[in-house]
Amino acid sequence: MEAAAVWSDAGDGMFKVPAGAFRALAERLRKEEGFDFLRSLTGMDWGEEGLGCVYHLENTSTGENIVLATADPDRDNAALPSVHDLWKGALINEREAYDFFGIKFIGHPDLRRFFLRDDWKGYPLRKDYDMSLNPLNMENEGNEDEAPGYEMTPDGGYILKRHPLFEEEEYVINIGPQHPATHGVLRFRVSLEGETIKKIDVHSGYIHRGIEKLCESMTYPQTLGFTDRLDYLGAMQNRHALCACIEKAMGLEVSERIQYIRTIMDELQRIDSHLLFIACLCQDMGALEVFFLGFRDREKVLDILEQTTGGRLIQTYNTIGGVQADIHPDFVRKTKEFIKYMRPKLREYHDIFTGNVIARNRLIGTGVLSREDAISFGATGGTGRASGWACDVRKRHPYAMYGKVDFQEITFTEGDCFARYMVRVKEIEQSLNIIEQLVDNIPEGEWQMKVKPVIKLPEGAWYTAVEGSRGEFGVYLESRGDKSPYRLKFRSTGLPLVSCIDTISRNAKIADLIAIGGTLDYVVPDIDR
Amino acid sequence: MFDFGIITGWIHTQLTSLMPEGLAIFLECVLIGICLLLLYVVIAIIMIYMERKVCAAFQCRLGPTRVGPWGSIQVICDVFKMLTKEIISIRHSDRFLYNLAPYIVILASVMAFACLPISRGLEILDFNVGVLFLMAASSIGIVGILLAGWSSNSKYSLIGAMRSGAQMISYELSVGLSILTIVVLTDTMQFSEIVMRQADGWFIFKGHIPAVIAFIIYLIAGNAEVNRGPFDLPEAESELTAGYHTEYSGMHFGLFYVAEFVNLFIISGIAATIFLGGWMPLHIPGLDGFNAVMDAIPGFIWFFAKAFFVVWLLMWIKWTFPRLRIDQILTLEWKYLVPIGLLNLLLMVIVVVFNLHF
Amino acid sequence: MIGYIKSIFRALASLLTGMKVTLIEFFTPKITEQYPENRATLKINGRFCGELVMPHDENGKNRCIACGLCQMACPNGAIKITSAMEPDPETGRQKKHLVKYEYDLGSCMFCHLCVNACPHHAIEFTTDFEHAVFTRSKLIKTLNKQ
Repeated sequence: MEAAAVWSDAGDGMFKVPAGAFRALAERLRKEEGFDFLRSLTGMDWGEEGLGCVYHLENTSTGENIVLATADPDRDNAALPSVHDLWKGALINEREAYDFFGIKFIGHPDLRRFFLRDDWKGYPLRKDYDMSLNPLNMENEGNEDEAPGYEMTPDGGYILKRHPLFEEEEYVINIGPQHPATHGVLRFRVSLEGETIKKIDVHSGYIHRGIEKLCESMTYPQTLGFTDRLDYLGAMQNRHALCACIEKAMGLEVSERIQYIRTIMDELQRIDSHLLFIACLCQDMGALEVFFLGFRDREKVLDILEQTTGGRLIQTYNTIGGVQADIHPDFVRKTKEFIKYMRPKLREYHDIFTGNVIARNRLIGTGVLSREDAISFGATGGTGRASGWACDVRKRHPYAMYGKVDFQEITFTEGDCFARYMVRVKEIEQSLNIIEQLVDNIPEGEWQMKVKPVIKLPEGAWYTAVEGSRGEFGVYLESRGDKSPYRLKFRSTGLPLVSCIDTISRNAKIADLIAIGGTLDYVVPDIDR
Repeated sequence: MFDFGIITGWIHTQLTSLMPEGLAIFLECVLIGICLLLLYVVIAIIMIYMERKVCAAFQCRLGPTRVGPWGSIQVICDVFKMLTKEIISIRHSDRFLYNLAPYIVILASVMAFACLPISRGLEILDFNVGVLFLMAASSIGIVGILLAGWSSNSKYSLIGAMRSGAQMISYELSVGLSILTIVVLTDTMQFSEIVMRQADGWFIFKGHIPAVIAFIIYLIAGNAEVNRGPFDLPEAESELTAGYHTEYSGMHFGLFYVAEFVNLFIISGIAATIFLGGWMPLHIPGLDGFNAVMDAIPGFIWFFAKAFFVVWLLMWIKWTFPRLRIDQILTLEWKYLVPIGLLNLLLMVIVVVFNLHF
Repeated sequence: MIGYIKSIFRALASLLTGMKVTLIEFFTPKITEQYPENRATLKINGRFCGELVMPHDENGKNRCIACGLCQMACPNGAIKITSAMEPDPETGRQKKHLVKYEYDLGSCMFCHLCVNACPHHAIEFTTDFEHAVFTRSKLIKTLNKQ
């Protein structure tokens, strides 16, 4: 390890690297040590120590993990070297850190704000941010056609340069924020040549709610409610991740019954999400029939979930050290009935959509994401697995019961839209298998461990990831010993997916963009947080 | 089989006995025009209601149920809603063309509609080159769609219009070829004659293999011609929000909407006329009793039953398949339908020359 | 050439399989829930969280002791408790007494924290889901009977 790096022990532990030595170390880790996957990039405000970032890196061939932290003590002019050329996933994550903390990433080609308006004043996730700076703004936001970027000068300083995003004569069309195929309020500015896409500029933040900032003023149990509202099709898994992270920090081991229930619930949620994925993809492509089939079958999952949790979309089920309520007496029977019902129904999807010549022609070979790009962007979940990257957190870092159940990690090598579709369809089968193995053997035990009414975590930083419905959902929690977190960052599953859309949609048609967006399967509230 | 020509002829003689012939013909034209438009509207309403119910049934739902029995008044309420809505004018749009476009579309549609022989003696436009007139009249609709897309000053509309231009002009060819196949079989282009020749068997049976191929090509191309799924690219709601009529509101949008549905009916009506015998009842040579029973059913019922069956068939197709992409739509036409259509035409010529048909 | 013809037939076969599925769907019973008409037979799962209520016994008494734990637990500030000190009729000592329990359904996110926090099970969720009102102020409900 670099001599300048200091090991810090609190929590999971991390290497603290001075800003000056960081770039060289990052390059070495990427190129020589093979840390090719940037799991998470978290902007931080450490007060006196300055503004900085925490990088979670993973070596995808050995499974080795490393956490780096670096900071610039100059709060007014914080600048860190950009790592976007080492990990493409940093492109948008650095924009996010710039947006919230005002850290200038030297060498980043496009350092615009990502979530907030361009005319936003101040950097909201800084601890000294003044809430009154930005009253409700009723003006329209203009289109920034130039991207500022800071470039290194030979004397070690940096200068601001502006790059044009689109040329004057380009035919730029807005897809979104109100568009049926963006699955929420996401906006693409698409430069077209005829029907062919030349470039896509992603605009996000239309439903940014500042959940990470909100969490800093909430007690730990109160933060849980927000996770259901990130990726609403992965409510169970998101909440599972946060609960697991807090439990890890507390040093609390939950009973086996809770582990079983959480695993089954996660898988039911995954089936729910994947059914919705199929439904919405087909609807985007014009096959409305399958949309209704998907929703009809998803209703069965929702019924099971509702019976136990009391919620359909927002389930509020996992709690710190347990679950909200024990499983419903009918739960096991209904789940088994559902498994019996679902297996033949999958055949129907194959008959009507998978085998359909139109669907195949539109999906096969479009929007190819290479394995290298998938890792570099950090595009996990079905998207990564379709590109041949075995990125399933359930296999990489087994949690709950996943280490003990027998299931197959579905991977394809094509990386096109069809592979992304097939991964999800096959994963429904695998999820059914997992549930089948667990549902009969749920052990007796507590469903809620004894937890103090006021939860305080020791000082330190922790990162926990689960396999969400559409990729790795991570929670990075830094505590200073209070009853609310010092910093809580959610690794969005959708953000890396959206960041690679420009790369894979180039030279595709408009109709392909819809198919690509559909198969990437992002959920906008999860991107915006 | 009842001949409506007797009634129309009687009206004509009554009128000419009261007034000069020119005035009588003028009055008749006005009367027929009103009847045509009324029928047009009624068909549109039935079609929209049918679309909602049929698509709902395919999608495991019930469709409209609230207004009237089985939701039957729903469409009429929608028409009134549409009529009361404001017609919004778009900034920087070409005002004249923008307002003109829906009328061109509806005009083309009404003209094509007038070609349909509904029953014996109920033919409005019945030339000896009726097929050519129909093709010509229905093509005018493309102009309206292109104008709508161009004049709206919206990028979505423009892309939709461009798509429809490429698509409809291409598919016109296949529609023409498949109709031509039947013209080869009948040696007439007059719709009333085409129907009369099917008295001893519908063309889809008489022309056997080439007629069936022509029928399938006609269904595919006709579907594309009226911009219905899986060929609804000009509208493609998940890509272009609504395509060429994105910027239209109120009754202007309503006209596009109505024209689209009646165009579907026209395509089905033509299919029924040239392949399924139009108003001609099902006759099986040799079974005279059976033929007499079939003849007792009025011609217009035969016609509408056949037309709506084809409509149902097209709806079934629409609600099953995903949408094609623009390049695939052109590939399908130029690499598959046109060559097959040409070969099929050749086959039909052989069949006719060697008298292989029934 | 043979590949070309084969591809046509394969495509047609795939389209027909799809059409078969939809045709079966066309004739299967529909799944539409005809909501307002089926209210009498509508079954809501017992645990469904519709709104927060405070159950009262036959004497019109509730179990709330105005401790304020639920108010503190609520992340959105949807609960507002007004309490007063009154002498207890039995012991004569000053005791906290609930005056008004206001609950804003409009900002409730059904996170269960208030119900979990309550030491006396004075509040619970019911399955009532028909919340539509014309003004936001109607969503602010007083839960205790006065």
